[in-house]
Amino acid sequence: MRQRKIIPGVDPKLAIKDAAKLMPDPMRRGFLRGAASLGALAFLTGCNIIDSDSTENALKVVSRFNDRVQAFLFNPHKLAPTYSEADLTRPFPFNAYYNEDEAPVVDPASYKLEISGLVDSKKPWTLDELHKLPEVSQITRHVCVEGWSAIGSWQGARLSDFLQRIGADTKAKYIWFKCAEGYTNTIDMPTALHPQTQMTFKYDHKILPRAYGFPMKIRMPTKLGFKQPKYVVAMEVTNTDRGGYWENQGYNWFSGL
Amino acid sequence: MTAETVSLGSSETVIHPAWVRICHWINALAILMMIGSGWQIYDASPLFGFTFPRSIALGNWLGGALLWHFAAMWLLVVNGIVYVTLGFLTGRFRRKLLPIYPRQVFADLKAALTFKLAHDDLTHYNAVQKVLYAGILLTGVVIVASGLSIWKPVQFQEITAFFGGYDTARYVHFAAMAAIVVFLVVHVTLAAIVPKSLRAMIVGR
Repeated sequence: MRQRKIIPGVDPKLAIKDAAKLMPDPMRRGFLRGAASLGALAFLTGCNIIDSDSTENALKVVSRFNDRVQAFLFNPHKLAPTYSEADLTRPFPFNAYYNEDEAPVVDPASYKLEISGLVDSKKPWTLDELHKLPEVSQITRHVCVEGWSAIGSWQGARLSDFLQRIGADTKAKYIWFKCAEGYTNTIDMPTALHPQTQMTFKYDHKILPRAYGFPMKIRMPTKLGFKQPKYVVAMEVTNTDRGGYWENQGYNWFSGL
Repeated sequence: MTAETVSLGSSETVIHPAWVRICHWINALAILMMIGSGWQIYDASPLFGFTFPRSIALGNWLGGALLWHFAAMWLLVVNGIVYVTLGFLTGRFRRKLLPIYPRQVFADLKAALTFKLAHDDLTHYNAVQKVLYAGILLTGVVIVASGLSIWKPVQFQEITAFFGGYDTARYVHFAAMAAIVVFLVVHVTLAAIVPKSLRAMIVGR
């Protein structure tokens, strides 16, 4: 049986197993199988609309439409609600598509953040240099695509300040992130420039532990948890949407909150 | 009834005009897709000590269920807006659902539970029907508003706050779904007991 002690619906130990269980089997047609049993739908429509390629394509078209709706709804000045220290979820759950002991180990001494794309300065940044950036702090709610949420405390540099510092073309459409474990993600520029979007180096005022993405994660309280890259090793300012780890498997691209 | 009769260009008594029937069946389709995919989404992080069997849920995995949920939501909401707008504009809501007197509700409920409630005149709703149909309309507002507050707890944070925060809004959304499922069970059972009511929702009379 499931235990639910800290967050409704979440046992931190099980969270990872849940994530693994939720992954589609690439060998079969992910979204539609099993749905055919909802016979009432077939009855109502008089045909089996559920298990077909055209349905899958139609759903993806609507998902892209929903990206545009969400981009329209996104207010660059609207801040995510913030909370107090007393509201923090302890312990903050580890969440990924792999086990905690499989999380990447990044060597801080040799670490360099690679910069590429539409920027003036492509000089890689060492961790020492990154840590010298002006620090901002936030206590915000992390909302998982699964439905559960947790309140955490993150400190780091404002991504918009950093983009300005490296001379990024903020008229570009996207920022693409690459992470040490192979996860990648593309986010929209308006979200990258949001005042609460943070290059996070600390959790609860202590250097980010390995579980939470050492040495750097991108914290966006305006997006679902799976969109937030951890163990970031490279970023590119680009006009090309290069997708992302979960988006390529069917999660909505924009996934704004 | 005259307005509705005229709208179909027929002198026969029309119980449900075409727009009601069309909206009803689109809504039936949309709500089944929303509930089925909602159950699969719920299973990713259950609020209670149970999950819904995958065989009766829609989408097969969380990502698929979310695609269904956020596609069917357009059908549900656009159709719902058309239905509610016409319901007010044509005066159908006022004529069919009002007034509701508590005393009548209790009397009709008692009659219904002892199988003494008559259904000879389908153009007229008894007090229990009025309460159920008005109640399901309000539940519809709650499930859409709580859904918006879960989907957009930053952009629509005022709605989320109204429901007592993100986590509470999930419980409200679930409770509204449960209320709709209970309504559906009663609604479908009664339609099966009084088949001419099902006929009226298909052909109009």
